[in-house]
Amino acid sequence: MSVPAHAAPHPETLPSRVQDATGESVFNCYQCGKCTAGCPLAAEMDYAPNQILRLLQLDLPEMEQEVLTAFSIWLCLTCETCAARCPQEVDLPRIMDYLRQEALRRGLVHPKAKDILAFHQAFLDTIRRGGRLHEVGLIAAYKLKTLHLLQDVLLAPKLMARGKLNLVPHGIAGKEAVRRIFERCGTGILPVDAGATGVSETHAGDAEGSGT
Amino acid sequence: MKIGFFPGCSLEGSSREYNESLQAIAPLLDVELIEVPDWNCCGATAAHSLNHTLALALPARILALAEKAGMDELVVPCSACFSRLASTRHELRQNEALRRAIATCIEIEYTGRTKIVNVLELLLRCAANGLKEKVRQPFAHKVACYYGCYLTRPAEITTCQRAEDPQEMDDLMKLVGAEPLDWAFKVECCGAGLSVSRTETVAELSGRIVEDAVYRGAEALIVACPMCHTNLDLRRGAIERRRQAKYAVPVLYVSQVVGLALGLSEREVGLHRHHVPVRFAAPAARPGTGVPQAGHRLEAGATEQAVGAGQHRLEAGATEQKEE
Repeated sequence: MSVPAHAAPHPETLPSRVQDATGESVFNCYQCGKCTAGCPLAAEMDYAPNQILRLLQLDLPEMEQEVLTAFSIWLCLTCETCAARCPQEVDLPRIMDYLRQEALRRGLVHPKAKDILAFHQAFLDTIRRGGRLHEVGLIAAYKLKTLHLLQDVLLAPKLMARGKLNLVPHGIAGKEAVRRIFERCGTGILPVDAGATGVSETHAGDAEGSGT
Repeated sequence: MKIGFFPGCSLEGSSREYNESLQAIAPLLDVELIEVPDWNCCGATAAHSLNHTLALALPARILALAEKAGMDELVVPCSACFSRLASTRHELRQNEALRRAIATCIEIEYTGRTKIVNVLELLLRCAANGLKEKVRQPFAHKVACYYGCYLTRPAEITTCQRAEDPQEMDDLMKLVGAEPLDWAFKVECCGAGLSVSRTETVAELSGRIVEDAVYRGAEALIVACPMCHTNLDLRRGAIERRRQAKYAVPVLYVSQVVGLALGLSEREVGLHRHHVPVRFAAPAARPGTGVPQAGHRLEAGATEQAVGAGQHRLEAGATEQKEE
């Protein structure tokens, strides 16, 4: 959607970078709240979806950190309900993707999101190694990252009994090609070592555990 | 009909019965599924959450391999993979410079020629080619068709006609003898990729879906997505703990229902691989009474008994059944 002249963001601020990266203008939003009304996780969020857009619309440098450290951007499931219903056709899931990536780059990930991030990182790490997802390897890597060692252990024998637990990864011939794709896409922003988690230290006060 | 096939990672592991049932019904519907050679993971939620370029490059390699293999169309049974592949194709068709950059990144030429088809589209095409006439055992049950997110949204990449109240799966279910119910959670999200990292969130969202299906009197929930199936079936224990209730309603893949209707055995379509036993008790409650039909689910280990409890087995399957 084209952007009216009065609604262009200041250069170099977060909304303008959002627009450069996604083509989406946050100024198209007129705050009807339909995104929040339909969002399955709005109730669990610190800022509801329309509030994330509102913070961006303020276009103030001091709001950048507020948006990027929000827990909401990690809870977003990309279910696309908001985008489907938005009367202004704002692609909020796409904006959320950008905000997550920006938060990760700048080490501003909300502490409560560390399990969600750990899962994504463990997931990508198994793909980088083998080209395809190896579910057992993913769960093992996730547990080591988060130390949730006992989570879901009771499901393992059930999966085994149903022939769903493949212990050996199914590697592909193009494994190296996939690894090169990861290198070119700059997985430097995807820290896999414990020393650089991308998680912010600044929200320690309201971390209240790490979800479930 | 020969058509390209991208199973995706889940269909090799936790959702293997989706693959098994598709492979079993394909020949009966005169469909030949040709697997993309040496395919990789599409990157799923993880890639698009953390790295947009990677989220385009991984699906692009799959699309390029399909194109190189001469496939005009590619069936993608997993809704999440379908969404990633179709979104990538859409974005790269809009942006020539990006298409070239991604082709360089994946080291394979990519033009965007291969079209992406989901399972509902494939089965509806089969419907036009006489699926109804091939039905030997009508699936005479009340079903709640659960589409979830990625079969219906975003509109520019799906072929779904009504994003808020899709009818494609309902139409298909009618063709094989089922009675699709009108219910409220057709296109709500199950919690998807948070299944491991925030199981409680998933238990809440999926719980609402299961509860409404039961309340409307559904004898089965029908899905076309491995992630939805995992959350509604494998996570049933978490759902029941969260909602302090028992739900017996089984979750079947659309391909399993079609397979049963075509006369395949429960084992051939992989019903024995489910966590929630697939069996159809006489419906105990009708909608409106407010009494959920629940409580007859047995605990772990009941799956083996579930095989054989149904009414859909033909002789061929009955033989295998004795092995149990």
